[in-house]
Amino acid sequence: MPEKVLFIQGNEACAEGAIAAGCRFFAGYPITPSTEIAEAMSEKLPRVGGKFIQMEDEIASISAITGASVAGLKAMTATSGPGFSLMQEGIGYACMAEIPVVIVNVMRGGPSTGLPTKTSQADVMQARWGTHGDHYLIALAPESVRETFYLTIKSFNLAEKYRVPVILLMDETIGHMREKVVLPDYSELHIENRVTPIVPPQWYKPYEVTTDFITPMAPFGTGYRYNITGLTHDEMGFPTNKENEIASKLNKLRDKILRATADIVDYETLYTEDANTLIISFGSASRAAKEAVKYLRSHRRKVGFFRPITIWPFPEKELAQIIKKVDRIFVAEVNQGQLIEEIRKVECYHKKIYGINRYDGETITPNQIISKIKEARE
Amino acid sequence: MNQPLVFNYLRAKKQFPHVWCPGCGHGVVMGSLIRAIDKMNYNKDSIVMVSGIGCSSRMTAYVDFNTLHTLHGRPIAYATGLKLAKPELPVIVVTGDGDAIAIGGNHFIHAARRNIDLTVILMNNNIYGMTGGQVSPTTPYGGRGSTARSGNPEHPFDISQLAIAAGASFVARTTAYHVPAMDRLIQQALENKGFSLVEIYSQCPTYEGKWNKRGDAADMLRYYKENAIPVAQKSKYSPEELKDKFLIGVLHHQPKSEFTAEYQKIIDKYQMQNQAAMQSKIKAENESEEKKRAQEQPATED
Repeated sequence: MPEKVLFIQGNEACAEGAIAAGCRFFAGYPITPSTEIAEAMSEKLPRVGGKFIQMEDEIASISAITGASVAGLKAMTATSGPGFSLMQEGIGYACMAEIPVVIVNVMRGGPSTGLPTKTSQADVMQARWGTHGDHYLIALAPESVRETFYLTIKSFNLAEKYRVPVILLMDETIGHMREKVVLPDYSELHIENRVTPIVPPQWYKPYEVTTDFITPMAPFGTGYRYNITGLTHDEMGFPTNKENEIASKLNKLRDKILRATADIVDYETLYTEDANTLIISFGSASRAAKEAVKYLRSHRRKVGFFRPITIWPFPEKELAQIIKKVDRIFVAEVNQGQLIEEIRKVECYHKKIYGINRYDGETITPNQIISKIKEARE
Repeated sequence: MNQPLVFNYLRAKKQFPHVWCPGCGHGVVMGSLIRAIDKMNYNKDSIVMVSGIGCSSRMTAYVDFNTLHTLHGRPIAYATGLKLAKPELPVIVVTGDGDAIAIGGNHFIHAARRNIDLTVILMNNNIYGMTGGQVSPTTPYGGRGSTARSGNPEHPFDISQLAIAAGASFVARTTAYHVPAMDRLIQQALENKGFSLVEIYSQCPTYEGKWNKRGDAADMLRYYKENAIPVAQKSKYSPEELKDKFLIGVLHHQPKSEFTAEYQKIIDKYQMQNQAAMQSKIKAENESEEKKRAQEQPATED
């Protein structure tokens, strides 16, 4: 398929990216502002031999995609805040059982039913710590419709490679905004598929602790009969209560992500070489932040910009290098201050950190950022 | 010595002894399920067994199939995804009354409504056994448990009637006492293409028996024996006599279109369209090429 030029919403780009990544199963439940993803998938999937099902709720949706992933298909669901809250137990299960799934959360205002049609970026911490227990997962945040397409593909690649649930943290602004997108030839995209075992079934250990902490995954029905459970399990997948096996399992869940941060982590910087002021932002808010940076640069202010593309794991090392050189840090986000806490963890030089927040349902404007920076200067 | 049939299907060396209490009915159900599966001549590699949380759901660890032990209440939702992803695999859901009807009630009725080809083996012991004897949605009015010490003030669900009302295409009920009937009913459920439920009354002497002073496992089995009435003999009894009894056998069997097969029709329709579009495209290309050649030929002759 040759290059395609489209004028589409972020939600449509997400569905397009999923198909390009090889997603062949979608289960979902209607919720504003993510519904367009389900609608697009219900149209696209049967045309490529894939399956779509509208489940009875979000818990059922995440359960169904996990089941489909066990059967060997790349699977995705899409939701927003209230549905994302319901999905948390299923995300924990996918973490524990190491089943690759992609969950799209098009963030809207909260808490509770909140603001169904208004934007927000307030699910940053829920994406990381929504489900109980020590666990590690990956979350990505796109800033444009074009990037939504590519990050959806990246979400599938990371999920399949590391056998982990990946959360695509979009927000209402990106989901419903229309932009021009040039879609590439799908055959040129980098697509990861899960590693399947090459050993004979009697030697297969579904949760073996390997040197890189990634174990091949056999789809059900391929001759490898094994057990999958959400209980803490041994290398064979059977429940265990032995101290050493429990610790080794939890270490595996952690280390497979932590040891691969160099491969997983992605970020964007602008003018950081000589900056004394750093603006940090992500998702749709970073569009305003970039505009503010350009304006301030044109007024000879030494302003730099940093945007984590992978929110979890957070690009700590990379940010620490930049923070070392600047005097002041501004964190622009559409919530009461969530990502700023991560930056406080990284920052250990006692530099001034200011939050630029907006949480009235509208997105941050470049003016808000510029005036806050000017204010702090005086 | 002839090894019993069930040994071919158990993870006998790895996972035993099992967690079930002495006198529990769940082991009997497992044996019956294995015998029914054996009669079906499935390939062991293809069978998927999904379970939730609870005593009955522990069965997945003991049987040598593709086993998925999921979250409390969610086995039917996981199984729905798995079955739709790979409709060629027979998917069996093993669950209990609390798992399927309380926390998983929504998934249960919607899977029945879709008529997706799952075989649900539901062990109903009227109590939450794994957590220590709390009342469940099937605990009878006035029945006792650790959370209803002076009698259950609520009314119970009739699971089979619920499944029939929700649209299941096969519903049967039996007990841990009626083992040959159970073998047969599970086999019938496996044969049915669509949502099939076998509700099995399975005794819990440890909690249900103790709280309700129903004696030991043998007494509870005797209760099943004396109070079960086969569906075929229903007409012999007056409504008065039937009041405290329960029916066993095939309660409902009405085949209807199955969900995954219906979905495959949608995929096939699009594939036909794709093929037709592709063929007309190739045809158009060939024609334009021929035209081109026809135009070029006189030029080369010159």
